[in-house]
Amino acid sequence: MIPGEFDYHSPRTLQEAVGLLQQHGDGAKIVAGGQSLIPAMRFRLALPEVLIDINTIDGLEYIREDDGHLMIGALTRESDLEESALVQQKYHLLADAARVIADPVVRNRATVGGNLAHADPANDHPAVMLAYNAELIALGPHGTRAIPIDDFFVDLFENALADNEILTEIRIPTPGPGSGGAYYKVERKVGDYAISATAVQLTMNGNTCTAARIGLTNVSAVPMRATGAEQALIGKPITNEVLEAAGQAAATECDPSPDLRGSVAYKRDLTRVVTKRAIRQAVERAQGG
Amino acid sequence: MSKHTITLTVNGTEVTKEVEARTLLVHFIRDDLELTGTHIGCDTTSCGACTVMLNGRTVKSCTVFAVQANGAAIETIEGVANGATLHPLQEGFWEKHGLQCGYCTPGMIMSAKHLLAKNPNPTEEEIRWGISGNLCRCTGYNKIVEAIQYAAAKMQAAEEVPA
Repeated sequence: MIPGEFDYHSPRTLQEAVGLLQQHGDGAKIVAGGQSLIPAMRFRLALPEVLIDINTIDGLEYIREDDGHLMIGALTRESDLEESALVQQKYHLLADAARVIADPVVRNRATVGGNLAHADPANDHPAVMLAYNAELIALGPHGTRAIPIDDFFVDLFENALADNEILTEIRIPTPGPGSGGAYYKVERKVGDYAISATAVQLTMNGNTCTAARIGLTNVSAVPMRATGAEQALIGKPITNEVLEAAGQAAATECDPSPDLRGSVAYKRDLTRVVTKRAIRQAVERAQGG
Repeated sequence: MSKHTITLTVNGTEVTKEVEARTLLVHFIRDDLELTGTHIGCDTTSCGACTVMLNGRTVKSCTVFAVQANGAAIETIEGVANGATLHPLQEGFWEKHGLQCGYCTPGMIMSAKHLLAKNPNPTEEEIRWGISGNLCRCTGYNKIVEAIQYAAAKMQAAEEVPA
């Protein structure tokens, strides 16, 4: 299958890329790893008139800690995230997710920024970044702005970026003492989207959960937080009953669609299960297990 | 429609060609360069039959535009052997019966080559993980894993013997 025709630009700087976006408006698309966009173009589900390739811009691939945050350049490849010692040591939720995004060959090309900017609730990073309470940095004609992750996902495949803005960086607050995270995904096979997956980042004081954020993958039209499940945990000792209540809350508040991966009832129950498992793992990690 | 002149290195040889922006790398490799060892399987970024090395990392060449490879170094299955001497991976697939129809084999070998470059002595689980982006629909994976283990052992032994 061959994509429709388009004009191709390979800017050398972010400013040049923003200029191209301003010039071409919503007929233009940014291509980062292209692992979602190029398949969509092959199927002619996406027909951009202009493609702006940011792979030719230096300095957008990095993973570093600074000022209490993990900074990830938007063009950072998933495989670099997966192999990062820093991520493996301190960002367990992110490390869990990096291993189960698509497949190893796709991960060599796919980018963290693209996974988020695509705003697909089936992608894994949206739930992860919701759980981390990440901040996304966008560059436009008038400079940069920080977008809280809670404001980033507007609708299915729709994000809060303006037509002339580019996502440049993802900032994750460095988890403090007593915190832990986990991502638990059930997929039919390697490379498929999740049937359901849950991202958890929480803080424990002894056996009591003092803070928690939970994101859900592929069980809603827009990437969502499971705030009911969060409330079921916060201020409580983690018992089997509390875990079950959190899982039940997530199952109730999610809004899955039936498809080849399963019925609504199945997906709700799976959401209950993966939420409990992700919480249990996050608690163990928070308690140093 | 935009056309672009690209220059890249393919299996060590520099080539310059004009391509349409929408030309996929796999079509460029097969149709323009006539290197038909790289296969097209699913056309949906799933099967990995079109896997090639782009600047030392495997990519699915059905999911990269040829124009994006401007300035890059590409390695395809045709570049893996050393003249008439098979690469240990190719020898392993032969010796251990790592293929029946052979359709997935070029992609499997590229993924295995990348895996062994990063991890010369992988466990069986790491091998299965490393080729999990490549689908085989006939041999099954056991013989493919054995072929890669054969190659890893042979390459390790070659490392240990002083030249």
